[in-house]
Amino acid sequence: MNRRFSRLSGALFALFLAAAPAAAHEVKVGAIEITDLWARATPPAAPAAGGFLTITNHGSEPDRLISAASDAAEKVEIHEMKTENGTMIMRPVAGGVDIPAGGTVALAPGGYHIMFIRPKAPLVEGGKVAVTLTFEKAGAVDTFLHILPVGSPGPKPDADAGHAGGHDHQHMNMGQ
Amino acid sequence: MTQGPGKSPAVTLLRIVRYLLWAAIVVLVLAVGAMSFSVWQAGKSMGLQASSMGGPFSVVDTKGERVTQADLEGHPSVLFFGFTFCPEVCPTTLYETTQWLKALGPDADRLKVYFVTVDPERDTQEQMAAYLSAFDPRIVGLTGSRPEIDGMLKAWRVYSRKVPLDDGDYTMDHTATVYLLDRDARLAGTIDYKEAEDTALAKLKRLIAG
Ligand SMILES: [Cu+2]
Repeated sequence: MNRRFSRLSGALFALFLAAAPAAAHEVKVGAIEITDLWARATPPAAPAAGGFLTITNHGSEPDRLISAASDAAEKVEIHEMKTENGTMIMRPVAGGVDIPAGGTVALAPGGYHIMFIRPKAPLVEGGKVAVTLTFEKAGAVDTFLHILPVGSPGPKPDADAGHAGGHDHQHMNMGQ
Repeated sequence: MTQGPGKSPAVTLLRIVRYLLWAAIVVLVLAVGAMSFSVWQAGKSMGLQASSMGGPFSVVDTKGERVTQADLEGHPSVLFFGFTFCPEVCPTTLYETTQWLKALGPDADRLKVYFVTVDPERDTQEQMAAYLSAFDPRIVGLTGSRPEIDGMLKAWRVYSRKVPLDDGDYTMDHTATVYLLDRDARLAGTIDYKEAEDTALAKLKRLIAG
């Protein structure tokens, strides 16, 4: 009886996991919490792909995302993109991305991204891409990005796409 | 109200009229100034002057067919520039263009849509063909030799600059504005990167109707 119950609840739990929204997982390392981890599916032969995520620093000390690494691409860099007077500009971020104490910073379209240079295989919608994020103080964490469709605005289309640094609100746990 | 000596009502009236006229002139001058400033600002922010844009060019599509200025005439066109080593703006614009063409329905067939690489060294015909296969097949990819592409970029006042990354890689700064051309291949309007879909569609409908 007990065993059957635990088997049943295990099955239910598996079902729940399968039904959970594809792009909802959270990662914690030290005082850092990472949410909205996603990448865009790539067109065939795409030599570059963009990865995005939101970082909240629950600590009282500033931290910094200093690198991103992945076996899924030949090279991985942290870039910043902007459009100025109609011109698109993309640059590597020197020294990493500052995450102020109590602040939230989004790597989101129109701002920062993780740049996967020459992905070893195309990023296919529905799949995952593994990534290791290293923070100056919180250290390194292995996680993955959910691959959303080409052209996807992200898991939260209405989210502020800019750099939300300086906002001192806690990251709200939407839905779930 | 008291009237001083020698100030008849008629003189006072005249003086008021004169003040009013001067005020009207000042307002007019300010208005004209503000208007021309905003026009100048709009022109400057776009960096575009319709009259000076266009002219001869010769590039190739992904099938190796020549495409010249003549291919922009006789129908409205959508023209934009980018490169495939681009994680964000270029795939987004291609994706949005695909959505616009879908939303326009059969009218979209009256448009020609060209995506021109600013990076012909890496964006060969084969590379462009593979990359564009993820988007609407009516989007024609254009590439060519470096001088051919430079000629087209110059004709259309497109800014592009090679910026080195580590280990010999590079990125391209480039104009991300979508150009809308009328049937005489003249610049009729633009769509900015990330412009709202309904305004973009309204502009495209106007372009097709025009
Ligand atoms: Cu990048």
